[in-house]
Amino acid sequence: MVELIRLESIDKHFPGVHALKSVSFDLQTGEVHALMGENGAGKSTLMKVLSGILQPDGGTIRVAGNDVTIPSPHAAQALGIGMIHQELALMNDLTVAQNIFIGREPRKRFWRLDEDALNEAAREIFSAMNVSIDPRAEVRTLSVAQQQMVEIAKSLSHKSRVLVMDEPTAALNDREVHELFTIIARLKSEGVGIVYISHKMDEIKRISDRVTVMRDGAYVGTVSASETPISKIISMMVGRELDNTQADIPDLSGAPVALEVRGLSRGKEVQNVSFSLKAGEILGFAGLMGAGRTEVARLIFGADRRDAGEIIVHGKKAAIASPKDAVSAGIGYLSEDRKHLGLALGLDLAANVGLPNLGRFSNGIGVIDDAKLGSIARDYIKQLGIRTPSERQEVRLLSGGNQQKVVLAKWLLRNCDILIFDEPTRGIDIGAKSEIYRLMQALAQQGKAIIVISSELPEVLRLSHRIAVMCEGRLTGILPGGRETTQEEIMHLATQRRVEIGGEAA
Amino acid sequence: MTMIVQSEVKKRTSSGVHQKLLAFASLIIMLVFFSLASSNFLQTSNIIGILQATSVNGVLAVGVTLVIITGGIDLSVGTLMTFTAVIAGVVLTYLGMPLLFGIVAAIGAGAFCGFISGTLVARMKVPPFIATLGMMLILKGTSLVISGTKPIYFNNTPGFSQISTGSLIGQVFPFLPIPNGVLILFVVATVVAFILNRTALGRYTFALGSNEEAARLSGVDTDFWKICVYSLSGGICGVAGLIIASRLNSAQPALGLGYELDAIAAVVIGGTSLAGGRGSILGTIIGAFIMSVLLNGLRIMSVAQEWQTIVTGLIIILAVYADMVRRQRT
Repeated sequence: MVELIRLESIDKHFPGVHALKSVSFDLQTGEVHALMGENGAGKSTLMKVLSGILQPDGGTIRVAGNDVTIPSPHAAQALGIGMIHQELALMNDLTVAQNIFIGREPRKRFWRLDEDALNEAAREIFSAMNVSIDPRAEVRTLSVAQQQMVEIAKSLSHKSRVLVMDEPTAALNDREVHELFTIIARLKSEGVGIVYISHKMDEIKRISDRVTVMRDGAYVGTVSASETPISKIISMMVGRELDNTQADIPDLSGAPVALEVRGLSRGKEVQNVSFSLKAGEILGFAGLMGAGRTEVARLIFGADRRDAGEIIVHGKKAAIASPKDAVSAGIGYLSEDRKHLGLALGLDLAANVGLPNLGRFSNGIGVIDDAKLGSIARDYIKQLGIRTPSERQEVRLLSGGNQQKVVLAKWLLRNCDILIFDEPTRGIDIGAKSEIYRLMQALAQQGKAIIVISSELPEVLRLSHRIAVMCEGRLTGILPGGRETTQEEIMHLATQRRVEIGGEAA
Repeated sequence: MTMIVQSEVKKRTSSGVHQKLLAFASLIIMLVFFSLASSNFLQTSNIIGILQATSVNGVLAVGVTLVIITGGIDLSVGTLMTFTAVIAGVVLTYLGMPLLFGIVAAIGAGAFCGFISGTLVARMKVPPFIATLGMMLILKGTSLVISGTKPIYFNNTPGFSQISTGSLIGQVFPFLPIPNGVLILFVVATVVAFILNRTALGRYTFALGSNEEAARLSGVDTDFWKICVYSLSGGICGVAGLIIASRLNSAQPALGLGYELDAIAAVVIGGTSLAGGRGSILGTIIGAFIMSVLLNGLRIMSVAQEWQTIVTGLIIILAVYADMVRRQRT
């Protein structure tokens, strides 16, 4: 084994955050080196430094024994470092082959691009991967799994000696994961070094040689994957023994049904989804990326038009055709993407809280009673523990967790008793997370009916009284919450596809 | 792992072709309608008038198509066209240089202004709308300053008027007196279509509009290519400036404002997405012809000027709405 990469004492500051604190990392030829840590631990930041997207404030990068600087993604490629991003970085309007070879298209005479050579080269890569994707297909027509394969093909086409994979299996089913691991094994045997970022312990055990753990931007340690028990790795990640808190399931047998959904459908995204939710209940929605969970929420909230299905609120059929209807039926939706969909970032906290409620704060001719709005906003700041200098603070200056609380205040003020949380803790640090959890549990105790959509299984397990699992637009099962359910059971339902991809597209 | 996507691909391509067919069919219907409605419509002089009018707007629209596919917009193409005409006037009439110098100066000036817009957008991150709005006003003012607000005539350059109004094709085939302006439009369109579909510049034009960040992360020098696109678009405005100056045998410094909106309208009618990533030169050419046939036909039917404008507005909205409906269905 020869050393491919050595990162030494890498430092990186963002405004207000010390994102990387003197982190070191190395990679040998023919090795899969897993990089683990909770969200926000700095894994992705470190890899962005390695692939030239971010510049470190301090430290040295050595590639194949030489000190280098990596000023751009292009420079990283030239050094043989390829990265497969967590958020797929493909151009939807271009074809598969055009995406793979973007930036280094084969040329013919008269500045022409050699499209045939391009498609042929792409076909060769796919056949070597044992994947059949049409190189001439537009990327927008592919499934998420297929797009993932295109990303991998793209990295392979660079003849990279170092491949960084950031959660490559997030959208893959078991069989596709198996194929990916076969590809990884072959790359390994060819001497490629792979940095593998994942949260899935079984995967780490299966394919990696060494595991490096990061926590809060700092290096924790590097251990051998085969000799270290999972519990040890987890305790390195969380810095404490695993918190085994599970949801306390309240007895809801006497509670009234707050929301019932029957036969909800929209195209391929949502197919015949039915479930019910009681007052005081927290229903978790689990599933892979693109399973249709957010789409279900958007249908219930009236943000998209449904093809079929009934929504019954407190026993009465609700005619929900727009978010306005949903809000008047008492449904609040805390969107996945707070910044784009949930908040007016340039406005202050009070204005955001008042936004869907302005009718109540304005007189006959529509002039807003600022004083009244301000005092209500201050009440919520106290009640929800929002950390802000005042209710006049612009929302964009608040942290993610506090922004989330502002969205929540907005809906509480509107008397919403059915609350849909879509990825409520994405991009929120660990401390603020547990605060949001407590808040949700308190709301449930007050009798609010809550839906939580989350891609983090521990989060779903910790919060949910029952767990609905979706796969490819269908509800594949509803599991009991608490100790009775394991992550494996959820994953099984989340990957229970009706037909394999090939059959469906044909 | 078998992942077969051919069937979906076929659906896609057919819908793209469908869209162009729709625009083309509308054009044919208009032509048939106006020829039935007025006997003057199909007369040679009128047809040549339509072709002349299309040549200027068509060339501008081809240029702005490139910018729009990158996800940007160029509001300065109208006044840039005038500016390049004024530059040609300065070189040919004030300095008395030979014709070729005037042509090179006009196209060069256009490309240079495009380069400035591109630099503002790509390197200085000024939003395209604002950068080109500023350029629009700057160029309008500069044209007036240079020319002293008076038209510059090309009486000293005898060959100049031939650029647009002569007919090379007519010399070979006397029954086809197609003006050179139209010939230039088709040459420009063919060259740009080739660039867009066959060269790296074209590939990156689509990539920029589709997902600029992804292109950047793939090692494409996105700023450089964006500047190239704006420069090329500017150079094409120079060609349009030569055509219009040649037709009027003068550079009219007050002209130009409003041409950018006609050009953008033609692009949009031709099915290019203002969101970037998708579009075609063929569509834009059809769009430019739809605009000029419509205006000409209404004029020939003695529809008042004000109503022509209203109809044009309605057509633009209808075309884009039809495209949105089609897109939502697929």
